[in-house]
Amino acid sequence: MKLLLKNREMLLVVAIIALLALIAMRFPPFVAPGNLANVYNDTSILIILALGQMAVILTRCIDLSMAANLALSGMAAAMLNAAFPGLPVPLIILTAVALGAALGSINGLLVWKLDIPPIVVTLGTLTIYRGLIFLLSGGAWINAHQMSDAFKALPRTSILGFPLLSWLSLVIIAIMVVVMRRTPLGRAFFALGGNPHAAVYTGIDVGRTRFLAYCLSGTLAGLSGYLWVSRYAVAYVDIAAGFELDIIAACVIGGVSIAGGIGSVGGAVLGALFLGVIKNALPVINISPFAQMAISGAVIIIAVAVNARAEKRKGRVILRKAEAAHG
Amino acid sequence: MADVQTIARHIPDRLESRGARLIKSWETLLVAVALAIFLVNSFASPYFLDPWNLSDATFNFTEKAMIAFAMALVIISGEIDLSVASIIALTSTVMGYAVQLGFDTPALVMIGLATGLLCGAFNGLLVTGLGLPSIVVTIGTMSLFRGLSFLILGDQAFTGYPASFSWFGQGYVWWVFSFEFCLFAALAVIYGVVLHKTNFGRAVYAIGNNQTAALFSGVRVGRVKFVLFLLTGLMAAIASICLTARLGSTRPSIALGWELEVVTMVVLGGVNILGGSGTIPGVVLAALIMGMVTFGFGLLNVPGIVMSIFIGLLLISVIALPILYRRFRGRRSH
Repeated sequence: MKLLLKNREMLLVVAIIALLALIAMRFPPFVAPGNLANVYNDTSILIILALGQMAVILTRCIDLSMAANLALSGMAAAMLNAAFPGLPVPLIILTAVALGAALGSINGLLVWKLDIPPIVVTLGTLTIYRGLIFLLSGGAWINAHQMSDAFKALPRTSILGFPLLSWLSLVIIAIMVVVMRRTPLGRAFFALGGNPHAAVYTGIDVGRTRFLAYCLSGTLAGLSGYLWVSRYAVAYVDIAAGFELDIIAACVIGGVSIAGGIGSVGGAVLGALFLGVIKNALPVINISPFAQMAISGAVIIIAVAVNARAEKRKGRVILRKAEAAHG
Repeated sequence: MADVQTIARHIPDRLESRGARLIKSWETLLVAVALAIFLVNSFASPYFLDPWNLSDATFNFTEKAMIAFAMALVIISGEIDLSVASIIALTSTVMGYAVQLGFDTPALVMIGLATGLLCGAFNGLLVTGLGLPSIVVTIGTMSLFRGLSFLILGDQAFTGYPASFSWFGQGYVWWVFSFEFCLFAALAVIYGVVLHKTNFGRAVYAIGNNQTAALFSGVRVGRVKFVLFLLTGLMAAIASICLTARLGSTRPSIALGWELEVVTMVVLGGVNILGGSGTIPGVVLAALIMGMVTFGFGLLNVPGIVMSIFIGLLLISVIALPILYRRFRGRRSH
């Protein structure tokens, strides 16, 4: 039991199962396999975004502009589709991804080359990107009938009984696991977050690594932009407004330390799923959907309090080891 | 100036005089920018130089600036409070609820102030009591406080505030000087004195520059930080009273996104986002600049969201330009 509680991912799995059990008592059909697959599908975009955010937070930065980046890339994709219905969908997706990466790289460059604190950079670009959507669209909506069928159908395409959106998020999770655990870049994220000075001495370029983390989060935000717009079949200035908080919440719940250097792909995915289950469960157990914001706020605070205690304990152990080594 | 810069480049420790000089020049720059914007506005629109129009323009920034004073102290101490706009929403909602129960103006004000103080105390307890990073705590309470407001109001709105209550947002003390503007001026003086002339102010700087050193010199770091979060909650409540009185209604989306504008105002005022330096006169100037820019854009019929692009660019460029300038100077001198 102690070992179970110590492991962050196991703790979250237990919490999610307990949550599902509670919901099942009020509304049993919620835990039917088909519905759970739907919940996963509904959470896919949050999972993709949380993985990008995790990379940024690991390097002791933060990306508050992800939701605005998503909205701008999504709007660009939707307008491209509305203006040229004949354009192949993969090309549109590529455009959205490239635009997202470019927006992310702007954040990264400002952090890398100008040394501006990440929170200031992304607070600034958050409003700028949101404002650009208005300039781009003139405040107009792109509605379902303006989008081509192929554009809307892609995330819904069923493969082996599951929608493409779910598969896509699984592929991205797999890629991120490999990147984080098996590549120098992933190691650099952790090393830099754990101790930036030590990272410099091991030959890691701190600024460049942060830049790459922002490019990664931007790329995933751009991809999510297309996914969001085609899934909900509408694009307007305020899509995903405030979603940046959900993304950060998913990371914090998943045990990603806001101080950098601590976190895992599994944790971020489970953190996103935890929020996804709550979001999908509230309407069916007759809790006002207006309560969702308050609940996610409370969950963030509880999660960060739990995280802080876990980190403190770890810190002490390392110190004792160091003292023992010296003595 | 050039000599000082070159000398400073060869001495690794930061010199006190150079820091003071830099801050001084930053405020001079702000005054110049404010004057330039004032001139541009007067030429761009014939309606700008009317005393009543200028008086209306002050409503653009007074409420935000009140919070910015307390936020400046919080940021100087090395923390941040992103929940201020949500405290405005919750305070306004609780006051609206009290109106439905039949409370009158004095009670409403007391209830509003108490709500703000409670929210501030909650933030303060989490940050100082549990030692959590303020940025995550206040992202959480930002969601929690506004969430509670949504929970109480849903898609409804509270209206029917008493006529005497609306004076806080719409009343005038003398000629064109509104109650809000006078309150803003009074608070500016109070915060200026507290930060620059009292032990408490010195403690705030000390904590922001080196928390451990401050603790070892006998500054009660936890208590000072707790008071700062209390103050921020209180200022958000005062801003909420003014804003609610001015609008005459409460929706859960009231003051949405204000935390960004308040932080921008503070940073534009020359407060270091990493803590340790900044002044109240700088924040006052930044408030005037932002107020005049938004008002000038308003007279030219620029939509609000385009103004927000400008605010975002302003936020990044005021931090980037001095860095670029210093780098450019450094390259030339070698």
